[in-house]
Amino acid sequence: MIGIIPSFKIASDAIRANKMRSILTMLGIIIGVGAVIIMLAVGSGARKMLEDQIASIGSNLLIVLPGASTSGGMSHGMGSQPTLTLLDAEAVEKQCPAVLYVAPVLSGVAQVVYGNQNWSTMVTGTTRGMFDLRDWSLASGRYFTGQDVRGATKVCLLGKTVVENLFGSIDPVGQVIRIQKVPFTVIGVLDEKGQSPSGQDQDDAIYVPVTTAQKKLFGTAFPGMIKVILVSAKGADYLEPAEKQITELLKQRHHIGPKQENDFTVKNLTQILGAAEKAAQIMSLLLGAIASVSLIVGGIGIMNIMLVSVTERTREIGIRMAVGARAWDIRLQFLIEALTLSLLGGIMGILMGVGVAKTISTLSGWPTLISPLSVLLAFSFSGVTGIFFGFYPAYKASLLNPISALRYE
Amino acid sequence: MALIEVKGLNKVYKSGDVEVHALRDVSLTIDLGAFIAVMGPSGSGKSTFMNMIGCLDQPTSGSYLLDGVDVGGLDGNELAEIRNKKLGFIFQGFNLLPRTKLVENVGLPMLYAGVGAQKRRQMALKALEAVGLSDKAGSYPNQLSGGQQQRAAIARALVNNAPIILADEPTGNLDTKTSYEIMKLFVRLNKDLNVTVILVTHEPDIAAFARRIIKFSDGRVTDDEEVKKT
Ligand SMILES: Nc1ncnc2c1ncn2[C@@H]1O[C@H](COP(=O)(O)OP(=O)(O)O)[C@@H](O)[C@H]1O
Ligand SMILES: [Mg+2]
Repeated sequence: MIGIIPSFKIASDAIRANKMRSILTMLGIIIGVGAVIIMLAVGSGARKMLEDQIASIGSNLLIVLPGASTSGGMSHGMGSQPTLTLLDAEAVEKQCPAVLYVAPVLSGVAQVVYGNQNWSTMVTGTTRGMFDLRDWSLASGRYFTGQDVRGATKVCLLGKTVVENLFGSIDPVGQVIRIQKVPFTVIGVLDEKGQSPSGQDQDDAIYVPVTTAQKKLFGTAFPGMIKVILVSAKGADYLEPAEKQITELLKQRHHIGPKQENDFTVKNLTQILGAAEKAAQIMSLLLGAIASVSLIVGGIGIMNIMLVSVTERTREIGIRMAVGARAWDIRLQFLIEALTLSLLGGIMGILMGVGVAKTISTLSGWPTLISPLSVLLAFSFSGVTGIFFGFYPAYKASLLNPISALRYE
Repeated sequence: MALIEVKGLNKVYKSGDVEVHALRDVSLTIDLGAFIAVMGPSGSGKSTFMNMIGCLDQPTSGSYLLDGVDVGGLDGNELAEIRNKKLGFIFQGFNLLPRTKLVENVGLPMLYAGVGAQKRRQMALKALEAVGLSDKAGSYPNQLSGGQQQRAAIARALVNNAPIILADEPTGNLDTKTSYEIMKLFVRLNKDLNVTVILVTHEPDIAAFARRIIKFSDGRVTDDEEVKKT
């Protein structure tokens, strides 16, 4: 039996003798392997981004929305009639043992002015609980206190983006800004938080005491009204008990009978993000389908070209048999030729996939992650394709009768 | 013991309903160091006989002992090994691998004998020297004349020190002068290395280089005689 190395040499000679044809043959594998690489890069990049975002929002989060739950699942219930109040939020915090932090939310977009600079941003009325719940630290200054909330003082905390747009390099702490013409004293600046799962800049935000928002900024349908209550449970295991406790408490507070529909909805934020993750998975699957189809097509291309090659080289096979090549020598030669074609295609596909993945992340900002494992996986896929589709032509070559092979014109 | 001993060799080709008896009851022995010319009209079974002797094909019936081994009982791998170790083939059309350097062409049998690259090259160069082609080791077949290509093919047949060279019309594609050069090479190899040479030819002047002439007609041996050298 001849060795693997001489077989590779014979294979590379044969491939070089037909450069153009070899490259065209490899194209299917190149595209297939490239797609595998891109798929895995995009998939794991998306997963990592989601994980980062879940961490940035805060873990074990529940969200209480006004209005009955909709079948869509993703509806935030915005626009339903307001039913939640600040007292509801306080009650949840005091009476639900599984709950860790509670943050009422009353927000709206508002025009903000400092000096001659103005900026339109999301202003959120909330309590100190918001920052505990989201594990959001201060860059400078202080948080507002329970006293600020009780007294509805006109103080505010700014996100990084707002500071950059209104103040530039000036230290904003102690300065007075106008939110919808109402003067607010800046008492602190929040640390940078980055993008939210829906792609919003979380640093483009101003936080004020919820009571101040109710009285001075956003007219409310009834006193004490808030839009949303954010709740964090004491741990992952407490999410379900917390959900139950909140539902029970609010039912009681809103006087909802056992047969009546709830006028609020408790949602688990991790579930919402899970839906986004599912979307990323579907995209991965789609790319995976493309990858496997083009690997199969590429493999058939290799098989086709190998069959042509076997026919073209019938006489060569006869010569080799006449000088002592065994059936397995011939088989190995063509198998290795197919393998070389597919592995070369695999390498080019990996390079192409890495290039495209990098381009995707620079152009769209969509993160991609290329793991050594995915490269190995793609490489082995191309190898398996080569062996699988190369076997039949190689087998056919080895069955040739040396005499008729030698006589072949 | 004879090097080659065939008894009652028959070969029947079936194509559809038609049966062609390419060989009929051929029996003969050939000793080591013989120099034989096989002659006969076209279609008389010369190539079929050579293929049987060369273990490229199996007879329909009859026995073939090569070096005392019954070839009929061997499997494909064992036949390949015999072709590799004991037989060297030379064809009318040279049959060198295109796009492959001469030194690699000549070393091909050693490749299938599992010899390492360095030794292979060394032996190929030695064989090329024996046929006077040392300076063409790095050339490709299409850069050589017919006579040079045939000499390279002879080098390939020699490289494994095979005791038998089988040549089916080796001079069929060559002019007279080149043919004589090739024949002289065979004579020298036969004399110096004691290689058994069996060659097929139509030309009496080529056959005249041999010491024994076997004539075929319609699949039978009709004549088998030693040639008296003057
Ligand atoms: N593979 C084959 N199939 C069918 N008939 C064959 C085959 N090979 C040879 N023959 C026939 O066998 C006979 C002998 O052929 P061959 O040995 O090639 O003759 P030669 O070499 O003396 O010209 C011819 O009639 C030829 O047509
Ligand atoms: Mg013939």
